Amino acid sequence: MVKQKLIVIGNGMVGHHFLEQLAARPERALFEVTVFCAEPRPAYDRVHLSEYFAGRSAEDLAMGKVDQYREWGYELLLNDAVASINRKEKTIISASGTTRPYDHLILATGSYPFVPPIPGHEHARCFVYRTLEDLDAIRAASEDARCGVVVGGGLLGLEAANALRELGLEAHVVEFAPGLMSVQLDGGGSELLKNKIEDLGVTVHTDTATELIEEVGGRLRMQFRGDRELVTDLIVFSAGIRPEDKLAGSAGLELGERGGIVIDEACRTSDPHIFAIGECALYDNRIFGLVAPGYSMARTAIARLCGESASFTGADMSTKLKLLGVEVGSIGDAHGRAEGASAITFVDEQAGVYKRIIMDGAGKKLLGAVLVGDTGDYDQLLQYHLNGIELPEQPEQLILPAVDGETPALGAGALPATATICSCHNVSKGQIMEAVQGGCCSLGEVKEQTCAATGCGGCAALLKNVVDEELAALGVEVNNHLCPHFEFTRQELFHIVQVGEIQTFDELLEKHGRGHGCEICKPTVASILASLWNDHIHSKPHVGLQDTNDTFMANMQKNGSYSVVPRVPGGEITPDRLIVLGQVAKKYNLYTKITGGQRVDLFGARLEQLPEIWRELIDAGFETGHAYGKSLRTVKSCVGSTWCRFGVQDSVGMALHIENRYKGLRSPHKIKMAVSGCTRECAEAQSKDVGVIATENGWNLFVCGNGGMRPRHADLFATDLDDETLVRYIDRFLMFYVRTADKLQRTSVWLENLEGGLDYLREVIIEDKLGIGAELEEQMARVIGTYQCEWKTAINDPEMLKRFRQFVNTDEPDEKIVFVEERGQPRPARDDEVVKIAEPA
Amino acid sequence: MNQVAINPAPWQPVCQRSDLVANSGVCALMGDPSATGPLAGRRSIALFFIPHATPQFYAIDNWDPIAGAGVIARGLVAEIDGELTVASPLYKHHFRLRDGACLEDSNVCLRTYPVALDGDCVSVALAPDRQ
Ligand code: SRM
Ligand SMILES: Cc1cc2nc3c(=O)[nH]c(=O)nc-3n(C[C@H](O)[C@H](O)[C@H](O)COP(=O)(O)OP(=O)(O)OC[C@H]3O[C@@H](n4cnc5c(N)ncnc54)[C@H](O)[C@@H]3O)c2cc1C
Ligand code: SF4
Ligand code: FES
Repeated sequence: MVKQKLIVIGNGMVGHHFLEQLAARPERALFEVTVFCAEPRPAYDRVHLSEYFAGRSAEDLAMGKVDQYREWGYELLLNDAVASINRKEKTIISASGTTRPYDHLILATGSYPFVPPIPGHEHARCFVYRTLEDLDAIRAASEDARCGVVVGGGLLGLEAANALRELGLEAHVVEFAPGLMSVQLDGGGSELLKNKIEDLGVTVHTDTATELIEEVGGRLRMQFRGDRELVTDLIVFSAGIRPEDKLAGSAGLELGERGGIVIDEACRTSDPHIFAIGECALYDNRIFGLVAPGYSMARTAIARLCGESASFTGADMSTKLKLLGVEVGSIGDAHGRAEGASAITFVDEQAGVYKRIIMDGAGKKLLGAVLVGDTGDYDQLLQYHLNGIELPEQPEQLILPAVDGETPALGAGALPATATICSCHNVSKGQIMEAVQGGCCSLGEVKEQTCAATGCGGCAALLKNVVDEELAALGVEVNNHLCPHFEFTRQELFHIVQVGEIQTFDELLEKHGRGHGCEICKPTVASILASLWNDHIHSKPHVGLQDTNDTFMANMQKNGSYSVVPRVPGGEITPDRLIVLGQVAKKYNLYTKITGGQRVDLFGARLEQLPEIWRELIDAGFETGHAYGKSLRTVKSCVGSTWCRFGVQDSVGMALHIENRYKGLRSPHKIKMAVSGCTRECAEAQSKDVGVIATENGWNLFVCGNGGMRPRHADLFATDLDDETLVRYIDRFLMFYVRTADKLQRTSVWLENLEGGLDYLREVIIEDKLGIGAELEEQMARVIGTYQCEWKTAINDPEMLKRFRQFVNTDEPDEKIVFVEERGQPRPARDDEVVKIAEPA
Repeated sequence: MNQVAINPAPWQPVCQRSDLVANSGVCALMGDPSATGPLAGRRSIALFFIPHATPQFYAIDNWDPIAGAGVIARGLVAEIDGELTVASPLYKHHFRLRDGACLEDSNVCLRTYPVALDGDCVSVALAPDRQ
């Protein structure tokens, strides 16, 4: 079979989506694919570009991966722009001189920032905000700058202003129009936004036209119309985007009057062999400057290439976002331009909330909406708008604050099956229902199968509603009982134990459970009791509740021997202690290994040796490392400012502080943390449950990262915290997790299942929306106050020590545990190496 | 006394009642390398004491043949479908305390032994258990 030659020009977000979607189809085999990418790296997540300043690396933002493309069988040419298209011969020539024939061409060249031709705009300290290289340049320039100005008060301009502020600059926004975000907001919304943003320390100059930029005394002077001026150190232009259509234009393809490659419903340009998708394409005289419409064009083009009949007929440009911490939402016809439109506005000046809905003349349909300061109603309003659902009698109820929680909630049930729930991945309600009917019974499974809510995340709450309703409709009783012995979730049991002040498993079983318990409920309840009351895990009533590792406070190895892991907080250890570890290992013939958690693991201890080994370690000042527990493992650290030339804070000191603070805390699953001394992130904090990264002004806090089988990068939770606030947030975060997570749920999975996600978590932890902040801190204080090294207590208690006998009736060791030597250390003997011992089989 | 051996069996005193741990297991070394008959060879046995169950005492092989390690005594006692089992610590197979059957693998069965309490002395009969 001769493959058709398909060339994709441009590897931005939309180009990547095209390639990814194509790879998922069997028809992929019909094409020989070549990708030209003008940037030095494959596609990355431009939507989250600003997070590059907040600690995300280029790698984190990467979408297209070189290996992945290779696996898909695509040829990827980086750093090579296509210079011309010869449509007659159906070939292209690239800047590096490569010539390629094509059968189909996909133009995904995106757009470029528009820089108004103000005299002086080409100065070296004037920047744009679109690529990683732009951000690198801005960061470098900010190092010796005090003040930065963004020209343009649109969505991107405000994002850029926030970035400047986070780089520690005094930030200004200069806007030509009378209001901010004039495309998305009406006058009232824009005014409120301006006030809010000024409160945050960004100076906004509206109605301001820049006439000249000149260098004066090493700084930049901006001359405004009307004799005003501003002196700054750097300028970022964010005055809109222009479609990248030069290549198409010189190939003679039809362009729009004000630019953009004209496409039809099939996403074809005026040449039927050439498609254009994403921000370079002009449909119905419009450019769509968001990813979701671009993705939808990509899918349309693929369908057409495969002989199907999909169409792109425009897209909804509604947006919801948070700018400088201010929630902003805009739906449909935000300015009420339609004929006969009427509007209802709600303003709460004190709370800084502005909401406006725009309806058709009959008051039946929602044409648009503007929300500033509170976008809680966005999802619901958007569904009214997109699906043409008839408005309630009194539409104002939709935006008025709830009286006794009486907002007429539009249940997911009211939506038609065709309603789009996730616009990033174009997932309809029908597809979600199918996934549930097909056996997905949790939010996580539905997300994995349909991709819904894995893009911008804006649809997560609605997705959960649809999933829940569908489960209920199927009569699936969502049984989240812990096990047959307790008809409660872990969270409910936690509450029962706390409120009822229940102290033992037997008491709980008697009052709220049945039977004898099992290996699910026993350790779970033991963990809850420990989180709340923090008794020694060996004290009488708790014996028998723990898995073997907790019971013997060591990790069982494959041959029944154990490993010993003393705590080495932050990975910092004195030579003397290091020597002790060596001496103990040598004396008991233990295999030693440096772990991935910056400490030393001693393997091969027999049960009866554990107390002696620990006695020696404790005498030398060691404590248990809880390597066996569902509890804090290690706080990894880098050397930080004490030694490292780049360090900006004492990361080791902070790691020690938090490791000592939270050691011993029992939790639903293990908890790992790390502290890095600067953004180079040598401690890999972004892969931890709690990650702390030093900044010039304090600490950035990341949460809910995970290594292991399903790695997840931690989310940036709060920035520039002082020591005290950092610790307070971690206290609250951990206790909230301990309270509400399911058994054996790492923080990553917990967050993914938490209704409201990261924003909700911030509301609970930072804004204390539930009013439980103080309680969480108190609870943590109690755990910290009652900390004991479990091993220290155990070696001083003869009753506890009795458990560490191999046999109750003799002191002989277990002759079935056999070691052989390898690379100068012992290891468990394999079956074929063990001399058969006389025990009847 | 909770269990009485029907047949005269080679009873061996093992430990004191206070050596047992409620709701959990301990391990004992049984048999006599120099003897012949049922007592021949050595064998480690896991003893469980479950105060709220009937019977209260169980003796079962300590060797987990699936994991290839002597660790049953250190397993967690779990009630599964109304039956008491021990979950072996390494790979969590469940063995019924009553008869040693493995719930996950019908080809595997541990031996169980009668346990008797004489005053404070716990004895186990090493009679080969036919099942
Ligand atoms: C010793 C060590 C490997 C090493 O030689 O370096 C290790 C060894 C074990 N890991 Fe690990 N993990 C070790 C670092 C890690 C890391 C890396 C890290 O912490 O920086 C990870 C990935 C990071 C993470 O957890 O997010 C890691 C992810 C896991 C997982 C998968 C967790 C997940 O959420 O997917 C398990 C399984 C589990 O916990 O259910 C696991 C479980 C285990 C257990 C406990 C398995 C077991 O039950 O027997 C291993 C026994 C340890 C022992 O006997 O002492 N280990 N394990 C490391 C001990 C670190 C320490 O000092 O405490
Ligand atoms: C800071 C920022 C924040 C944003 N936030 C959001 C948001 O919250 N929500 C949202 O929906 N959208 C947002 N956007 C817009 C979104 O990023 C774009 O809609 C999207 O990236 C468009 O994708 P694209 O592939 O069409 O274009 P691009 O991502 O621009 O990719 C085009 C690629 O083609 C390359 N190229 C151009 N010409 C050639 C050539 N001749 N040969 C080879 N390669 C070529 C370019 O170098 C570029 O790499 C944001 C954009 C920015 C900059
Ligand atoms: S993270 Fe920064 S401070 Fe820490 S070692 Fe690396 S470069 Fe140095
Ligand atoms: S709408 Fe963006 S992830 Fe669903």
